Amino acid sequence: MKALGLLRRSFEHGVHPAHHKGQTADLPIQRVPFGSHYVMPLGQHTGVPAKAVVATGERVDRGQLIAEPGGFVSTALHSPVTGVVTDVGNHRDVDGRFAPAIAIEADAFATQAVDPKNAVDWQSLSLDEFISAVQMAGIVGLGGAAFPAHVKLSVPDGVRIRHLLINGAECEPYLTTDHRLMLERPEALLEGAEIMRQKLGAEETVIGVEMNKPDAIGVLRKHIQRGQPVRVVPLKVKYPQGAEKMMIKSVFGKEVPAGQLPRDVGVNVNNVGTIVAIADYFLRGMPLIERVVTVAGPGVTYPANLVVPLGTPVRDVVKFCGGLKPGSREIIMGGPMMGRPVASLDVPILKGCSGILVFTEKETARRREYPCISCGRCLEACPYFLNPSRLARLSRSRMFDEMKELNVFDCVECGSCTFACPSNIPIVQLIRTAKDDLMHRREPDA
Amino acid sequence: MKKRDPDLLLFHAPLLRQGMTTPSAMRDVVWALMPATAASMWFFGISAVLVLSSCIAGAVLAEWLFATKETRGESLRDSSGIVTGLLLGLTLPPGLPLWMGFLGGFVGIALGKVIWGGLGHNLFNPALLGRAFLQATFPIAMTTWVPATGEAGFFAVYPGNLALPFMQVSVDAMSSATPLGLMKFEQVVTPLSDLAFGKINGSLGETSGVALLLGGVYLWLRRDLDWRIPVSILATVILFSACLGLFDAERFPTPWFSVFSGGLLLGAIYMATDPVTSPVTPRGAWIFGIGVGVLVMLIRVFGGLPEGVMYAILLMNSATPLIDRYTQPRVFGRGAESP
Repeated sequence: MKALGLLRRSFEHGVHPAHHKGQTADLPIQRVPFGSHYVMPLGQHTGVPAKAVVATGERVDRGQLIAEPGGFVSTALHSPVTGVVTDVGNHRDVDGRFAPAIAIEADAFATQAVDPKNAVDWQSLSLDEFISAVQMAGIVGLGGAAFPAHVKLSVPDGVRIRHLLINGAECEPYLTTDHRLMLERPEALLEGAEIMRQKLGAEETVIGVEMNKPDAIGVLRKHIQRGQPVRVVPLKVKYPQGAEKMMIKSVFGKEVPAGQLPRDVGVNVNNVGTIVAIADYFLRGMPLIERVVTVAGPGVTYPANLVVPLGTPVRDVVKFCGGLKPGSREIIMGGPMMGRPVASLDVPILKGCSGILVFTEKETARRREYPCISCGRCLEACPYFLNPSRLARLSRSRMFDEMKELNVFDCVECGSCTFACPSNIPIVQLIRTAKDDLMHRREPDA
Repeated sequence: MKKRDPDLLLFHAPLLRQGMTTPSAMRDVVWALMPATAASMWFFGISAVLVLSSCIAGAVLAEWLFATKETRGESLRDSSGIVTGLLLGLTLPPGLPLWMGFLGGFVGIALGKVIWGGLGHNLFNPALLGRAFLQATFPIAMTTWVPATGEAGFFAVYPGNLALPFMQVSVDAMSSATPLGLMKFEQVVTPLSDLAFGKINGSLGETSGVALLLGGVYLWLRRDLDWRIPVSILATVILFSACLGLFDAERFPTPWFSVFSGGLLLGAIYMATDPVTSPVTPRGAWIFGIGVGVLVMLIRVFGGLPEGVMYAILLMNSATPLIDRYTQPRVFGRGAESP
């Protein structure tokens, strides 16, 4: 019976990319030495950008508020270092465009310590106070999408959260940040989980971990105390196991209806890194000013798992890892399936940056595209049971409205279709183009 | 001097791909057909090589001739013309004049693929379209079945092979009927062991069921073929003939005879599964396979022809877009099925 349960622990469809995690899976997390220049873009996630509350020339401490939320779907920013604000203006964002940001020059003689007196007594907070504390701590989903964590905590009346689901799947190849956090900071993870569970009023905490991390599953189980309402659930190794709706299906067997959120089936999903950040803020007074980043890929000299202050230029991170190997051609921020290409080495590390992956000419060589032969591999890959081949064809002919009828907005852009396509058709890229067009299209004047 | 940064590319994720490409899938089909090809050479000697080569030559020439300057390399590189030629050749009688084989390959690609817009756009299986053309144009040559070369040796060429283009063929070769023909018109039943291992008359590729199954297993292991299609075709044929057997076991063929005779295995494993011309949805594949199976049996039992695999697949090919449209899977998190 138990074996049967284990077999069922997955969603349907999906793909099996090679893991490529061996480079960094066994490397303990190290701290990157502080550099000199930091850039904090004001908009680091969907929603409203933050509003700067510091001016050029002002002295800031590490962990000090430098920008306040610009609205509800927005989070605060804190200075990653002690130093001086050198500019509040436009700086290069990940994709190379200029975007509003705060530039800080570190004080070379500061201790760069965070005052633990900032810790917040979370138990005395009401749920609303807790939510705004999370917002003011600048905490976002650290899995990659960087969606503000407090937004997920705000549950409308009548909806009850029964389960806190902690996402330790880390299904993206190469990345090992959540893996290392689970191994090295299980206490912090369980502390953060308990804070979240109590504040949400959930019955239990479930930690979903892909079965290729048996050591993490073992360590977590060892740290769970008797009677603690926490369960570790091993999940089948399959991409995209870490997509929140897929993980809910895998763990609870429930499908979140299209257009609805995990809370509508009584689940709150958070990444391992996010939960650790919650613990670090409420117990140790450290807002989100640094994160764990996996630096790996065929173009990196010394791959590593690093704690990097936010705003650190990619250049400093890569330099710490021995620099780029000759032949490096592309740097991806995030995972190789869903990450974003980095336009220049001067781009800063953002809150949502789970990895810096360097690829060489070999992986980025132009792949010859062949016509679609309707092999159906993309249909078997799509975890949402869409028809990617048809969507790609419609996108090519710019028939975006027809794509809406084929539920194009259910697509989470996991990239499984492009991965599976033997004709090298950029399916998810074509779908993204269409979604972008549909979303930014101006409504015709009535 | 400051070291220059590398020029960074901005290719969008995912950067990873599974290993298979469309040309490699085509080559897999060629490899899968090698046992059947070897069997045809074993039974029919050098004539098999000649007929198969002429079909491939016709197919590849059409690919080359009708390609634009830009796409000329492409269509040859993806090997799909070779697959079409080889498949067509395997459905032809061993004693067919070579120029007819060449013409069949040429027409199959020209009318079956090029005019639709090339690879991936055609409605009908090009190899079967080529065969339908030959069947309509040269009915006598297409139904002249010569027995295996036997004692004459590997290098004995059937006289029919060397007929000059557009000259009347003098069919003085010893011609004989296929097992299906024997069954339909003379009520003679061929033993199953002969059907499975190839001691029968028939087209080049249909004589050895075991060799065809071997290639099918290879394709299935390589995940190049939708197993639902051959399984549903064969299951339908078996069920259909079992039901007929209940009425009159003497008059109608047994299930196993139905499976191993004629071009059923060749059609079910290699032609009906052509991804371009078969449905992409899982439910569509079942419907398609059942449709082919029913049509095969209807034509074989009630039609005027001994064999119906070709027409059955071509007919179902034409229904593929419709089947796909109405069998879209249920989208995750959505109740009602969207059309």
